[in-house]
Amino acid sequence: MTLWVAIIAVAVVSLTIKAAGPGVLGERQLPAWTQDVIALLAPALLAALVVVDVVGPRWTSLDWPVLGGLATVAGVRLLKAPMLLAILAGVIATALLRLAIG
Amino acid sequence: MPVTHYDCYHSGMSDASKDRRRHGRLASRDVAKGHPVPGSARLCPAAEVPGRAGTPDGAERPSPAAPERPASPRERLIGGMGVGVGLAAAAFVLAITFGAMVRAQGWGIAAPLVCSAIVFSGSAQFALASALSGGGVVPAVTAAGLINARFLPMGVSVAASLRGGRLRRAIEGQAVVDGSWAAAHLGEGRFDRERLIGATVVQWPAWVAGTAVGVFFAPPARIAEMLGLDLVFPAFFLVLLMDELRTSAKARLAAGVGGAIAAALMWVVPAGLALIGSTMAALIGLRGRSGTVER
Repeated sequence: MTLWVAIIAVAVVSLTIKAAGPGVLGERQLPAWTQDVIALLAPALLAALVVVDVVGPRWTSLDWPVLGGLATVAGVRLLKAPMLLAILAGVIATALLRLAIG
Repeated sequence: MPVTHYDCYHSGMSDASKDRRRHGRLASRDVAKGHPVPGSARLCPAAEVPGRAGTPDGAERPSPAAPERPASPRERLIGGMGVGVGLAAAAFVLAITFGAMVRAQGWGIAAPLVCSAIVFSGSAQFALASALSGGGVVPAVTAAGLINARFLPMGVSVAASLRGGRLRRAIEGQAVVDGSWAAAHLGEGRFDRERLIGATVVQWPAWVAGTAVGVFFAPPARIAEMLGLDLVFPAFFLVLLMDELRTSAKARLAAGVGGAIAAALMWVVPAGLALIGSTMAALIGLRGRSGTVER
């Protein structure tokens, strides 16, 4: 039940956010200061999502093969590889590291 | 925040721009450097549209001296769908991983499918899954909603290009997903409505179908971990983050502070609350608002 409530709530929130600009604000622009804050929500949250996924509750999920995989993703992406290819390289690196560590 | 833009955050603006160039219709130039799009830290390369923008591939092209006929709405819609096919392919693959991972987290079969169908946002769905696994509904919904907050300024930016009254514009605004928004950007704040809609209508079924494939053919959790599939979520976020980090020094500072806040909070609170706490880093945007875009 909790899952369904969350899914529906996220759907409503997303729909509302997308509708708000064209439906309510029309051609008016948001105040500049709100644009600046909204623009920084993404990097802040994305960094937090990476951290949360990697460290886990009380840092109990920290896993070296995952860190190696993420380093691989970053390296491949820096070589201008497409997103999916970079992620695939990281997945393979993680699997190989786990295989090597046993 | 488009961050991936892929809402599909998943397919990414840069990929959309590549597709646009691949179709040979647009002469690109990076006007985004000088004209940041409101609220969008991850700016897309914008493009100028010559007279035959949106001409279907393979169509006979006029001689340079001949007067150019503007593309019809139907041609631009088809052109948008052509761009959307490439975005949809990437979305399909990413959706498979989403379906497989949330199935492993105990979402069952129906919930992932409904989620993809009605949320249709890779970034929000991945954030929801990550936050739900470590916290309650409110933090999870808040985190997913904040991730999608970028659609507010993106929606404002396309508003003038849409048609009809408030209701119709609000409905048409649902076509704003990251890749489509980038593909429809004509430059200097103008958007191609038909191209936007065309690019989105082919991504939605791909996103839902990919989720179904992931759900029904999901490997057991132990096998998934052995194969390194548990890396997909953080890797996805990392790639999007790297795109964000290129936009400005403030973005890099916000990412550093946000990550540090989350790391510290993970010692004492569930994941969802840690994510919400990390958004305080966005308040950096209130400081000295000039000269932030450097790309």
